[in-house]
Amino acid sequence: MQVPAPFEYERATSVDHAISLLERLGGTARLIAGGHSLLPMMKLRLANFDYLIDINDLHAELGYIETGPDEVRIGAMTRHRELLESAVLAAAFPIFADAERVIADPVVRNRGTLGGSLCQADPSEDLSAVCTTLDARCVIRGPGGAERVVSMEEFHVGPYETAVADGEILVEIRLPVRPGCGSAYAKVERRAGDWAVVSAGSAVWLDGGAIVDARVGLAAVGPNTTGIPEISAALRGQEPSESLFEQAGAIAARSCDPVTDQRGSADYKRHLAAELTRRTLRRAVERARS
Amino acid sequence: MQVTMTVNDVEVTREIEGRLLLVHFLRDVLGLTGTHWGCDTSNCGTCVVWLDGEPVKSCTVLAAMAGGHQVRTVEGLAKGAELDPIQQGFMQCHGLQCGFCTPGMMMTARALLDRNPDPSETEIREAISGQICRCTGYATIVRSVRWAAVAEAQAAAQVAETTESTEAGEIADAGQTAGAVA
Ligand SMILES: Cc1cc2nc3c(=O)[nH]c(=O)nc-3n(C[C@H](O)[C@H](O)[C@H](O)COP(=O)(O)OP(=O)(O)OC[C@H]3O[C@@H](n4cnc5c(N)ncnc54)[C@H](O)[C@@H]3O)c2cc1C
Ligand code: FES
Ligand code: FES
Repeated sequence: MQVPAPFEYERATSVDHAISLLERLGGTARLIAGGHSLLPMMKLRLANFDYLIDINDLHAELGYIETGPDEVRIGAMTRHRELLESAVLAAAFPIFADAERVIADPVVRNRGTLGGSLCQADPSEDLSAVCTTLDARCVIRGPGGAERVVSMEEFHVGPYETAVADGEILVEIRLPVRPGCGSAYAKVERRAGDWAVVSAGSAVWLDGGAIVDARVGLAAVGPNTTGIPEISAALRGQEPSESLFEQAGAIAARSCDPVTDQRGSADYKRHLAAELTRRTLRRAVERARS
Repeated sequence: MQVTMTVNDVEVTREIEGRLLLVHFLRDVLGLTGTHWGCDTSNCGTCVVWLDGEPVKSCTVLAAMAGGHQVRTVEGLAKGAELDPIQQGFMQCHGLQCGFCTPGMMMTARALLDRNPDPSETEIREAISGQICRCTGYATIVRSVRWAAVAEAQAAAQVAETTESTEAGEIADAGQTAGAVA
């Protein structure tokens, strides 16, 4: 029987309450959202904390998807299933539904949250790759209601390490809305609902047939989910074409840093990075055009 | 710490440790051993119960997190002596062999039918994709859920026709026909 080591359980009733509890309890306290990453780690004693602060009651405050003309705002407590089933999100960024369909399984998706996924900062984490692809901003709130907004690059400091400091909480993800956008996600896994061997997200912005901007985010091929600026540079101003996608795939393959493990060799993963980049770019362009 | 939750419509209060998992609370503290416990890693789905009406893997939820919430287990599936159509379906279509995965499968299936009364075979397979059955090969599980869907649709149609309240016998009759169809 796997059980976590003993800890004290606290329940937060609001974001400010959660922050005040974090302040009072210090570095030995940890937030628990869906718990579907944290509890497995605590069961294996890979993580131990003196206090867990349950933020599930904050779903009313932080479980939302709001679309505006300039950005889509998603609360950190929004659950996987809500992301999968949101029609407004699917209309703006179909990449979310693509990704959610292959994250874990429906029962796990009932619990896991966007905030938990990003804060877990697992290099294979699919929603981090999605948010990197869409150039998301992360809103972090601290004591006294102070908020700071950081990019995904700044947010992920290293594997399992984020810019969220002690006494802070991730409250919202903001996705910039620009015209002519198409996006897509693809993943290779060993079995349904498993973590990615490699996954890739693409977003393109078209104007008059040409690519104004493009972004690619990869998961499971390096210490963090990775955005590849070189691909953006190569695609900007170009007409979409198979040879262009191929070129982007080649850049993805040489820019990533996979390791050989049970899921596959580094070479195989580089091959997947190239192929999935090509496929998702192709699909993103199709969607931008339709 | 003290936790109070509603399990199968009954409010329970117990003194527990913060680290106690919901699956162990249900099985060891309340004695509701219908909820099974298999892999411990949130993969097999034998521990699926409802938390506020949604299936969750109770080996990855703290009992404390269920405090103030509604939990439903397989023991709460039947209405008194009347089996839920899902349970009848599993009987009619041999949806189980050893029965280890069955409580979790039935809880997920019930939640599926509540949201989608007419799921396709693909939708059923998708719904239970986080749950492992080592015995049946899934075909009979899928058939059982379809049986329940058809039985419920027929029972509802009958109710609409006669505008009489549905009786246990009618569900069973409708079910028999459904079985023949499926
Ligand atoms: C069987 C299984 C399969 C899975 N497969 C996949 C998969 O294929 N792809 C994938 O991407 N993921 C997968 N996951 C992970 C799943 O998506 C997790 O639910 C998710 O990564 C974490 O979300 P959570 O809400 O459960 O976070 P928790 O486990 O509650 O928290 C994770 C971490 O984030 C911190 N945290 C949570 N919320 C906040 C916040 N608002 N502010 C600051 N810190 C916070 C916590 O303190 C903790 O350190 C899988 C999980 C399981 C159990
Ligand atoms: S025991 Fe909970 S998923 Fe296997
Ligand atoms: S009936 Fe034996 S595991 Fe499903």
